[in-house]
Amino acid sequence: MSISEYVNGRYDRAMERGVHDRGGWPTDTPIDRREHELADWELRMDAIENVLEQHGVMNTDEMRRGIESMPLAAYEAASYYERWLFTTETILEEKGILAPGEIDARLEA
Amino acid sequence: MSDHGHDHGHDPIGRDGEPAAAARVRALEDLLVEKGVLTHEEVRARVDWLVSRTPAHGARLVARAWLDSAFKQRALDDARSAALELGLDPGESPQVVALENTEDVHHMVVCTLCSCYPKALLGPPPDWYKSLPYRSRAVSDPRGVLEEFGLHLDEQVDVRVVDSTADVRYVVIPQRPAGTEHLDEAELAAIVTRDSMIGVAHPAAH
Amino acid sequence: MTFAPGDMVRVADRPHTGHHRTPGYLKGKTGRIARVHAAFANPETRAYGADGLPRLPLYLVEFTGGDLWPSAPGRDRVCADLFEHWLEPSA
Repeated sequence: MSISEYVNGRYDRAMERGVHDRGGWPTDTPIDRREHELADWELRMDAIENVLEQHGVMNTDEMRRGIESMPLAAYEAASYYERWLFTTETILEEKGILAPGEIDARLEA
Repeated sequence: MSDHGHDHGHDPIGRDGEPAAAARVRALEDLLVEKGVLTHEEVRARVDWLVSRTPAHGARLVARAWLDSAFKQRALDDARSAALELGLDPGESPQVVALENTEDVHHMVVCTLCSCYPKALLGPPPDWYKSLPYRSRAVSDPRGVLEEFGLHLDEQVDVRVVDSTADVRYVVIPQRPAGTEHLDEAELAAIVTRDSMIGVAHPAAH
Repeated sequence: MTFAPGDMVRVADRPHTGHHRTPGYLKGKTGRIARVHAAFANPETRAYGADGLPRLPLYLVEFTGGDLWPSAPGRDRVCADLFEHWLEPSA
């Protein structure tokens, strides 16, 4: 079901929902209860974001806003910490702390 | 939909089968250190903090609440202060609220908008808590979700779901199981599971 | 703080461009103030680099499941933390 089908079927007026706004979002997917130990890169990503917040470089609300700016398909396909990476890159570029393409350039070096 | 937290990517697989994101994160850290924005030591310290957080902390709060009704009342009024009383780190949130399960009401916690979770007291959240199906159905079909978790509630028990939409963090005080009268505080804490403090399970001895 | 525990409130259903923490499933719904929290910085402005001040009153609001979902049993309840500027008094 597309978001517009959901919106028109479930609400009596069209209303924009953010990609992250999931309460009551139609789903047939069972809850996958498997757990995984966080990989080194995931712990590192969590830590980097929190240290940036500790330094006042970005705040939690900017971080959430960045995640919410992901296109729907990208949001749904990304793993949890892939979303954190997306928002951190986005916000740091927005603030001019990272140059566009700077991480790509570093990876190609 | 692949929001199950498994460590795979949707880009070309990098070294040792890790996702492309892994190399990006390392590059990001290196760049930020080079720019003087943060240090590797700060990142390491935060990783150490994160991996040191476990549900045993929250379990101590619950066990004390079970044994000491005055403490329980203080915890219900202000769980952050109650945690500090026990020497626990309540985390960065300015407010922590404890939700008491009774024979009339069973609480369940979710963050439909992202993944807000009392990780200082419970450790990192499980993948399913952050998953899209849980975030969707915890509020629209809580009893169905609880059945999926194997938790069947008696007829007269109401379910009360709390959606952590702001910076208040919620932790459930599950009901003390019958037959635990002889257990001391440490033994009681040992039966308080992470899932019982989220609200999708009873404590271990139930 | 405008509201006290027990007050009936309706969640505004105005469209909002940009970051906000009022879930879509609660917009336009009526609930009851369950708890009065401290005031918190405004995430709607903080998300764009402002300091989020002045702090705004935040409430835990309780809704009946049957009011939110047409097919749900009536008794179960859903609560959420909502900022005062999203709440209107309800009769």
